[in-house]
Amino acid sequence: MLGNFAGVLFDGIAYGSLLFVISIGLSVTMGLMNFVNLAHGAFAMVGGYACVVLMTRAGVPFIATLPVAFVVAAAVGIVLERTLYVRLYKAPHLDQVMFSIGLVFMSVAAMTYVFGPSQQPVRLPDWLRGQVQVLGIGLGAYRLFLIAVVAVITIALHLLMTRTRFGAQVRASVDNAVASAGLGINVNRVFGVTFALGSGLAGLGGGLGIDVLGLDPTFPLKYMVYFLLVVAIGGAGTIKGGLVAAMILGISDVAGKYYVPQVGSFIIYFLMVVLMILFPAGLYGRKA
Amino acid sequence: MSSPAATSIDRRAHLPNDRLRAIEIAFWLVAAAAFFVFPQHRVLGSQILITGLFALSLDLILGYAGIVSLGHAAYFGMGAYAAGVLAVKGWGEPLTGLIAAGAVGAIVGFATSFLVVRGGDLARLMVTLGIGLMLYEAANQLPSITGGADGLSGVTMSKLFGVWGFDLSGSTAYVYSLAVLFAMFLFARRLVASPFGLSLRGVRENVKRMPAIGSPVGRRLVAVYTISAGMAGVAGGLLAQTTQFVGLDVFGFPRSADLMIILVLGGTGRLYGALVGAAVFMIAHHWLSDWNPIYWQFWLGLLLVVVVLWGRGGILGALDGFVTRFRGKPR
Repeated sequence: MLGNFAGVLFDGIAYGSLLFVISIGLSVTMGLMNFVNLAHGAFAMVGGYACVVLMTRAGVPFIATLPVAFVVAAAVGIVLERTLYVRLYKAPHLDQVMFSIGLVFMSVAAMTYVFGPSQQPVRLPDWLRGQVQVLGIGLGAYRLFLIAVVAVITIALHLLMTRTRFGAQVRASVDNAVASAGLGINVNRVFGVTFALGSGLAGLGGGLGIDVLGLDPTFPLKYMVYFLLVVAIGGAGTIKGGLVAAMILGISDVAGKYYVPQVGSFIIYFLMVVLMILFPAGLYGRKA
Repeated sequence: MSSPAATSIDRRAHLPNDRLRAIEIAFWLVAAAAFFVFPQHRVLGSQILITGLFALSLDLILGYAGIVSLGHAAYFGMGAYAAGVLAVKGWGEPLTGLIAAGAVGAIVGFATSFLVVRGGDLARLMVTLGIGLMLYEAANQLPSITGGADGLSGVTMSKLFGVWGFDLSGSTAYVYSLAVLFAMFLFARRLVASPFGLSLRGVRENVKRMPAIGSPVGRRLVAVYTISAGMAGVAGGLLAQTTQFVGLDVFGFPRSADLMIILVLGGTGRLYGALVGAAVFMIAHHWLSDWNPIYWQFWLGLLLVVVVLWGRGGILGALDGFVTRFRGKPR
């Protein structure tokens, strides 16, 4: 029973890490631009497909495809940001919701057209398959790898945000975009770079997640709620909040599906409504 | 800049005038004439009317009170199952069944409204989404009541007023839906022109100032949310009664999302936008249904992006602009 629990906890943390990598970009862009972007999952999907195409058509090993997933998703992100998103920063939230739902529909249809509706396969290298024994508990090697990667990314992000000039500019712009612009910060450029970085991380997460979340054209719709939840519960614009929210979600989702499978996804939706009522601005959010 | 469509409506705000204008009478005559002109499409016609009523209910909270909802199908589904289960249990009288459907929708709407009206747009979005998904899961997990994933079959309606039976031609369904829609529309039309309706627009335009002029914002929003949910319940009940079947998809996220699309396409905050949007959306979907559904989705997405970026106000907004330009006088 205890071993069981540790296993569930471990799987939950791995799942949560994945949610964190994919959603953190959404959290920062929502905090930065107050833009309700339902299409964030589409960038993760783009990254996932980039991995699959490289692996199956070009024979590139899995690990080497991950940076490409980042770059491709970031490139798609910056192009869309500069051409379309930028026009809607000041638009009402309803417009942003409709616009991003439109993008999701288009991405789903386009991916189905190009790659077909089926699940995409992933071939993990041998050293990432099977289990590793830690303290007598069998832990999935791939999930261990996942947690390690995400830990590195989190530390890097933290350093980027707290120790660099760019991080200071981002934090200033989140706090008060108008005052930051007045101080000579090129807020538009900060927006663009942050959006690209966020999309890139989502793409990386999409690639990392093929083995855990699966990958088919409905990916952005299927996980839309989860990504939004991380942001809504964590509070937009904070890395710490996103991390905590992703862990809560990951662990409770895995635990719920393991211990009370008959209730299905009910737990996660229930948790979401309760948390949103208790913390309308998120766990770490500031009152708007 | 923040909401150009909204200010143009408010400029026309005037004292309530219940008389239908000529163009409105023409609109409803067209809806009635469609019964005779397209006798082979009455089933589709009744579906359009039901969707129109559903979109009308969303317009009350979205277009007038400014509550963004991604889970309005929750109340539609509650109404549909209420009417469906009543009929399965042997109470097949349509009108009372419809009232029950509306009541169930309104009760659930009232109970959940307190969760929805607090918080900002993002929190509302998530809570409405969560309520919809939760009810979907609940219906899925309770097959003894709802029939689960197979849907609720065995819904048999008795004749309307003991005279007109619901059949495959959809004749009764069309007239019945049209009558209910017209009645609900008149109600909504009166509602939004009343001081209550004006206070809703005030809330939409500036939440902070409304309490200052003595308007209880929370109570107003709870009231309109309950009314809207009841109306959605009636629409769901209509669908259950006219198709004599209820599937799990009545609760589905796609239904809520499609509804938003219909409303934005037609134009928010003008009541007729909901009806025009429903007609255009459903007819386009019907024509293109021979197509691979995935292409339909692509063009729908593209249309949304285009409407949001360049076509503020939807179809009716565009018509408005066209008429204004044609007449050559600035508003």
